[in-house]
Amino acid sequence: MKSSTSAPVEASAPAIRERETVWRPLRKQGTKLGSNLAGALEAVWSNRLRSLLTTLGIIIGIAAVIAVITLAQGANAYFTARFSQLGTTVLTVQPGSSSSGGASNGAGSSPSLSANDVQALVNLPHVLGVSPVILSGGVIAYSNTNWLTGVEGVSSAYQSLDNWQVVEGSWWSQSDEQIGLPVIVLGQTVVKNTFGLTGTNPIGQTVRWGRSLYRVVGVLAQRGSVGGNDQDDIAFVPYTNVMRLFSAKGPVPLDRILVQADSVNNVSQVQQEATLAMEQTHHIAPGGQNDFTVSTPQQLIDQENQSNAALEDLLIGLAAISLVVGGIGIMNIMLVSVTERTREIGLRAAVGAQPSDIRNQFLVEALILCTIGGCVAVPFGLGGAYLLTHQFGFPFVPSVLAILLAIGVAAVVGIGFGLYPAARASRLDPIVALRSE
Amino acid sequence: MNTNVIISIRDLVKVYRVGETSVPALRGVSLEVRRNEFVAIMGPSGSGKSTLMNLIGCLDRPTQGHYRLVGEPVEEMDARQLAVIRNRHIGFVFQTFNLLPRATALKNVALPLVYAGVGREEREERAFAVLAQVGLANRVYHRPSQLSGGQLQRIAIARALINQPALLLADEPTGNLDSRTSAEILATFRYLHQRGMTIVLVTHDPAIAANAQRRIELHDGRIVRDEQAGSELALVQAPPASLESLAGAGVASQAREEEAL
Repeated sequence: MKSSTSAPVEASAPAIRERETVWRPLRKQGTKLGSNLAGALEAVWSNRLRSLLTTLGIIIGIAAVIAVITLAQGANAYFTARFSQLGTTVLTVQPGSSSSGGASNGAGSSPSLSANDVQALVNLPHVLGVSPVILSGGVIAYSNTNWLTGVEGVSSAYQSLDNWQVVEGSWWSQSDEQIGLPVIVLGQTVVKNTFGLTGTNPIGQTVRWGRSLYRVVGVLAQRGSVGGNDQDDIAFVPYTNVMRLFSAKGPVPLDRILVQADSVNNVSQVQQEATLAMEQTHHIAPGGQNDFTVSTPQQLIDQENQSNAALEDLLIGLAAISLVVGGIGIMNIMLVSVTERTREIGLRAAVGAQPSDIRNQFLVEALILCTIGGCVAVPFGLGGAYLLTHQFGFPFVPSVLAILLAIGVAAVVGIGFGLYPAARASRLDPIVALRSE
Repeated sequence: MNTNVIISIRDLVKVYRVGETSVPALRGVSLEVRRNEFVAIMGPSGSGKSTLMNLIGCLDRPTQGHYRLVGEPVEEMDARQLAVIRNRHIGFVFQTFNLLPRATALKNVALPLVYAGVGREEREERAFAVLAQVGLANRVYHRPSQLSGGQLQRIAIARALINQPALLLADEPTGNLDSRTSAEILATFRYLHQRGMTIVLVTHDPAIAANAQRRIELHDGRIVRDEQAGSELALVQAPPASLESLAGAGVASQAREEEAL
């Protein structure tokens, strides 16, 4: 209650009645924070160079945080795009087990898939199509031009499994496949680089892959590239042909088998049945250690992202170390600042600053210092992320959330490491503080 | 309770502990200062006058004894409550001015209002008014490094007055000033007193103390003399025009206390 009427005042102090200034009652507002902010900015600005050097650790740490998050998001976008082309109904069977505690280093490393597995999977209920995949590659030659590309041995069902459009000719038929006919379907990039020069229609032409000749039966529609990977730099041949080609060195293992369920609702049922069928052909008791893995598209995406986690862990470790070092730097400079301004603290206390006001003043200063450092780090973090994503062929996906999160981390570091100096300032004895030089 | 008593001190004892030994700085001081008194506290160094000033200024707590400032039992308060008391009732003027070097005169003067929770607009409005009253209306946006000693001390006085304190507490306010500027500052104090302000001035210099109406001398932690000056103390005949409305501060603080009772 500070509002006062002036009548009783004048009665009790008649000697000073004339010419008095009548103050309005004090309007209370929560303005200490605003005042703290202004003061903190002023303090940071008046020690510009020192502030910059102090926040270097924070800048590096926050830049690393932003780079990691952006890189992770790029990787995620890349793998999501890559596997979503398979469609949500396509299961992938890979050799090796992924059940070894998250670190799926076994997957794809042991040759355990064979043509028998394909036969076992084809006849399962709710299965639309099955295609083995044998990864290979080599030079495709036509006339006197040649082009190094990836060649995959697949089945006729692969076209619909992997959503390929054929613009000229057609995919080979099932009967072609059964007899292992040497036919080939070419991607746009391969066509451009082998037939582009002469302008010949590739359909019906004969190309050479390795030592064998193949008749071109189909040309695929252009797909473009995902994350810097040219999707059209590819050629497909019947897997039966590839198996025969390489059979001199014993049975040819399949790299993976794709299984398409008839609807999204049946994916998990097909996954279970495929697992059971595979266990039978592999003579593994139910619940035993499988030498293969049946994964949904989402599981594949998760798997790939997991293998990127190591790099991300490294960067996060770097960020954490840098943030701790940066935080210690902030603490150090705040302690210096408290010592330098001991008299100011004493004065503020004398005119009515609560210990909590003094504490908040220095906390806000540490907070401002770190938040500015965080903001400075944003372009560096994004730049680093840009270079890294390019290096890995991932799309560059900067996100506002990541930036805000990183600046939030900076603020937390500021408060965390500013707390001790601020508490020390607030505990100063005003008399001692006022007397200090 | 007599509301005209600003300072009421009974048997105040302050003992400092230095390692194992106890150093008594005040050995039982009793003192009453009424509204609109102008008191000088004198004594050589080591007499306890700084200790007494710190206690009166609510910067420190006594070892023993009682102290009421405008009726409030200060000896029982914690650091937080003392800060409120200092903010509300005491205006400090220091020998070394103690202004914030990077802040403008306006910001310096408005500082106590920050801790009183007053909004920026009103803070600046009132700081303007008080600066104008001490004759520094044209130095509002200057920083301390751009101003003379006398101007700095006038800013400090403006800062002390902005909260309309019950007590103006000055610690060797002319210690860093030349004699002409000192006279100016002392005239300001006399004028404020004449306008109703209660002032306690701590000094070692009898010539400075001569400006006060009442002189208290400390020696070895005890009051050895407490005398009223005779009527020989001349009133300020023609106060500087710029100081004319300063009295308002004293009036308002009195009103506030009466309201609180």
